[in-house]
Amino acid sequence: MTPIPFEQILLLGTVLFVVGLAGVLARRNLILILLSIEIMLNAAGLIFIAGGSKFHEPDGQVMFLFILAVAAAEVTIGLALILAQNHASRTLDADAADQLRDR
Amino acid sequence: MKHEAAIMNLLFLATAIVAVGTSIAAITRHNVLHSILYLIVSFAAIAVVFYLLGAPFIAALEIITYAGAIMVLFLFAVMLLNLGGSAIEQERRWQPVLSWAGPAFAGLVLLAEFLFILMHDTTVNAANPVITPAQVGRALFLRYTVGVELVAMLLLSALLGASRLGRRPRTYILKQGIDHDSHSV
Repeated sequence: MTPIPFEQILLLGTVLFVVGLAGVLARRNLILILLSIEIMLNAAGLIFIAGGSKFHEPDGQVMFLFILAVAAAEVTIGLALILAQNHASRTLDADAADQLRDR
Repeated sequence: MKHEAAIMNLLFLATAIVAVGTSIAAITRHNVLHSILYLIVSFAAIAVVFYLLGAPFIAALEIITYAGAIMVLFLFAVMLLNLGGSAIEQERRWQPVLSWAGPAFAGLVLLAEFLFILMHDTTVNAANPVITPAQVGRALFLRYTVGVELVAMLLLSALLGASRLGRRPRTYILKQGIDHDSHSV
């Protein structure tokens, strides 16, 4: 058990998650939306690490590794989609992303 | 023991403030490059939190993968998107100092913490039960083997999907070829 109070770590994770959520909801630039999703995934990973540290088990860190892999896959696909959309419509606006189908 | 706990709490508080502040700055910038810069500092701060929580392996991975690889991927995407013209205009309009002062200050706070931890290594580590990389690896490859296989498949599908999505549409290639032929004629 670390000397840092568990509640404070939970609070930090929650605040970071809400910041990321606000970024997803408020921004219209697609790259910034992806960056905000990264913040949210990181906050979830922080909670896992905190849990693993509280009970002194390596499972929390294993879960963080899985989150890391999911984040890498998500970013790859997301950026490829953004490049495809920018190629098709010359914009990064999230509202223009309704015409991704091949013509 | 009480003294060590107080030091750990102070370090955690400073890191948390840096992490939240840089994250908020990252989602409010107009220039995407500045957002990426702030987010790198934010990930470095979260790595410090992981170290303080007794997860040095994950702290290293956070720096290598998040602040390194994933942010470089974003940087490449921004370069490929050719946002050059408007971004340079924006850069010219802003004060040149203001754009890097924020990340630099946050980075300095983290550097001070790093030096402090380095000098008071025994104090911090004594108060901190560490979970070693060996324990993590044993759990990963003995108890979670199925998860590792699933992650491998997920990464493979992401690779295939990205290469499919990144391909130029066929009509575009055809048009280019026709244009090229007409020029040569």
